[in-house]
Amino acid sequence: MSGPSDRSTELLDLADRVVERSRSGEQLEVVVGRDVTTEVRAYEGAIESLTSAVSHGVGVRVIDEGRVGFASVGSHDPVLIDEALAAARDNASFATHDEHAGVAEPDGVSPPDLQLADPALLELPTDRKIELALELEDAVRAADARIVGLESADYSDGISEAAIVTTGGIREVGYETGASLVAFALAGDGSETTTGFGWSVGRGADGLDPQSAGADAARRAVRMIGSTKPASQRTTVVFTPYVTAQFLEILASTFSGEAVLKGRSLFADRLGEQVAPAEVTLVDDPTDPTAFTATRMDGEGLACRPNVLLSEGVVNGFVHNSWSARRMGEASTANAVRAGYASTPGVGCHAVRLVPGSLDHAAVLAHADAGVVVHEVIGLHSGVNPVSGDFSTGAEGRRLSGGQLGEPLREFTIASTLQKMLGQVVLVGGDVEALPMSATGVSLVVEDVSVSGA
Amino acid sequence: MIEEAVIQRALGAALTTGGEFAEIFAEDRLSSSAFFDDGRVEELSSGRTRGVGVRVVVGESTGFAHTADLSEPGLIAAAQAAASAARGGGGGVTAVALDRHDVAAPNSVKTAPEDVAKGTKVGLLTRADEAARAVGGAITQVSARYADSRRRILVANSDGLLTGDDQVKTLFSVGCVASGDTGMQTGRESVGHTVGFELFDQVTIEDLARRAADRALLKLSARPAPSGTMPVVIGHGGGGVLFHEACGHGLEADLVAKGASVFAGRVGEQVASPLVTLIDDGTMPTEWGCFAIDDEGRPAQRNVLIEDGVLVDYLWDGLRARKEGRPSSGNGRRQSYQHLPMVRMTNTYLANGQDDPAAILADTPTGVYVKELGGGQVNTATGDFVFGMTEAYLIEDGALGDPIREGNLIGNGPEVLEMIDALGNDFSMGSPGTCGKDGQGVPVGDGTPTLRVPSLTIGGTAA
Repeated sequence: MSGPSDRSTELLDLADRVVERSRSGEQLEVVVGRDVTTEVRAYEGAIESLTSAVSHGVGVRVIDEGRVGFASVGSHDPVLIDEALAAARDNASFATHDEHAGVAEPDGVSPPDLQLADPALLELPTDRKIELALELEDAVRAADARIVGLESADYSDGISEAAIVTTGGIREVGYETGASLVAFALAGDGSETTTGFGWSVGRGADGLDPQSAGADAARRAVRMIGSTKPASQRTTVVFTPYVTAQFLEILASTFSGEAVLKGRSLFADRLGEQVAPAEVTLVDDPTDPTAFTATRMDGEGLACRPNVLLSEGVVNGFVHNSWSARRMGEASTANAVRAGYASTPGVGCHAVRLVPGSLDHAAVLAHADAGVVVHEVIGLHSGVNPVSGDFSTGAEGRRLSGGQLGEPLREFTIASTLQKMLGQVVLVGGDVEALPMSATGVSLVVEDVSVSGA
Repeated sequence: MIEEAVIQRALGAALTTGGEFAEIFAEDRLSSSAFFDDGRVEELSSGRTRGVGVRVVVGESTGFAHTADLSEPGLIAAAQAAASAARGGGGGVTAVALDRHDVAAPNSVKTAPEDVAKGTKVGLLTRADEAARAVGGAITQVSARYADSRRRILVANSDGLLTGDDQVKTLFSVGCVASGDTGMQTGRESVGHTVGFELFDQVTIEDLARRAADRALLKLSARPAPSGTMPVVIGHGGGGVLFHEACGHGLEADLVAKGASVFAGRVGEQVASPLVTLIDDGTMPTEWGCFAIDDEGRPAQRNVLIEDGVLVDYLWDGLRARKEGRPSSGNGRRQSYQHLPMVRMTNTYLANGQDDPAAILADTPTGVYVKELGGGQVNTATGDFVFGMTEAYLIEDGALGDPIREGNLIGNGPEVLEMIDALGNDFSMGSPGTCGKDGQGVPVGDGTPTLRVPSLTIGGTAA
């Protein structure tokens, strides 16, 4: 197998060959991707499924006289790439002229020095991957007598390479690897079934811990046995780190410069205003090596950098790709995001985190004293509107009284608005948890949230 | 897409390590979309993906590999990779004789999307923008999206099956933002069918855009939703999401087999109110979840899941059905050639009842009327599910009262199904949906007549 550097050169060469064909007055941006993935699902001590795959593709964005056209193809076949270039050019001819459209201008910022790949993963034998999935399943089943089964126990890994070349002088290539173990456990006492999941993630397989991932899944499932529906009330809620991370992912979307420009951001007119207590400092920092979604460059090939969204509760700024920056008369913050080669660069955050406080989880619970601790939420896509701020999700958790965890609770909702919740944050915990998400977890205590139950 | 002799040799290669079953799934997908936002045709996009997924089953294990290389060496390499992932005891040379068997599509396509000029498609977008903005000055932002796709698939397997399908879909959606003293609110409408450009012979873009704008405006004056349990009347059409979440997923045989469903072991039992007859039907012409064959080559079927409240059967794909020694129900679907098929819904709906929908409302002194739902989620093991309300009203003295703001409703599937106490005679299908499961999205439809659940929890903030 050739090493990653040779392979990455191949991708750059492929992108170069398309960009070389730009016509006078036309800007081209070419993204070339290649992913190699393996997934192993274990069930009852055997391999339920094993998937191994290589996928690759090319995305071509054309900006001709301020008009944008895009086309993608899931192949590196030169004939199909030609077709994509022709389709992107044709598409551009139907778009409206936009003086701010264009590829990103290189800004001289050096990419952060991040080690995002574990070369050992390339050489990891399939048998070891199978072993890890089987160990994960065993760990769940062995953790507690009340485990009645598993929905899934998966090992998966990926080697992902992407190159971007533009007529504007961008020429970058990135190479990342990742491996994970994820288990969904089922627990029960004969009369009900409860669920819980656990995970372990890393750049390679070496650091993966099937025992702790399996034990976590089992613990999360078992703790919900005997749960009841709480009474409707307004109370203090404690978001556990995983729930906070989901909240932050939604909150971060309201800091998109595109949302601000297009009148879809809650904070559009609130730059410099206090919208949260001084405990709340929210940062998008893809240069943080501990962030799961740390990355060297954005979707337009600019070097990533940290951006402060909320500084001690004050709206500090918005994030931009090159289009929203030009239209706002500012510089790009390197926040172009794209979902692979088949998508155009939008605006979004890469890796958000709250600057943590100092209390550990037990001290956070003691500080919150009484209310509801939220372990999991469902229905974020159907019950949260980041434009209006209306927030309502299904939830599972535990009662909190006298700073101690009480009985398990389920089949209830929590509701407020994003604006109000930010204002009612009373504590950011110090119990930072790295998660396989684009936000880092930490406990968060929010007052006066509506719990709807019986 | 691929020569028959090449498919035969690839299936042979897939069986060399002792596989009991091998399958070739080839897909060629063309898509195009146009997006309008902020007063501009922002972008037109075209996409093409084509490739092959090879599956080999040995005992309880499945090996799967996929490739975008459609040449014979590419196919053989993928077949060998899938075979090495699923190693059995035997092996050797297996010859597969293929028998081509085509299935008629639920409906024909009149105007293929690729035969329509891009300018014509773009013209729809500006019409939507103008109509939405004309609703009032409080409409401060409008986006519109046109999208079409043509997905040609070929399925061949070691049972000798060789079949294919050509699936054309067209979608249009409009999203509006309204702004006022109370902040911003959004309204969205979408229409999508398994048809070509003739979709727009039946759909008036301006009506769709005005409905989206009206919904955003309405919510500017909406009150906070109530918090707590109360009677809920769910309007016909989009209310079908309730059943997709409350029991549809729980009836998928893969989840049932693992004990991850509250409906496991309950076939033949009364699991719902006698008013409930629930059907999953992949043959419904032009609906968003219809097809000629599923992604395992099985013809689409109409499957009665619950009849008069009694659980009749689960939904099956080929793998689970083989293990149980029964036929698949035509519900083996996958997002693309890069994915393994799983048990999935198609068009899931509740059959009509007897009640006059106006009478159901008049007979409900207080509660909430949900006119439009906006998706949901379920934990199939506990049965707890949520669904979002994107247009809803308070019910006061049996009549519609003030509109309320967005939020989720939460309930438990088996409990809610048993409680349903009124069912209208105004069945209709709802908006096109994308159902997510295990990281894969597939197009689905749902529908329902007006119905009432005497007690559901509304996740609002008003005491």
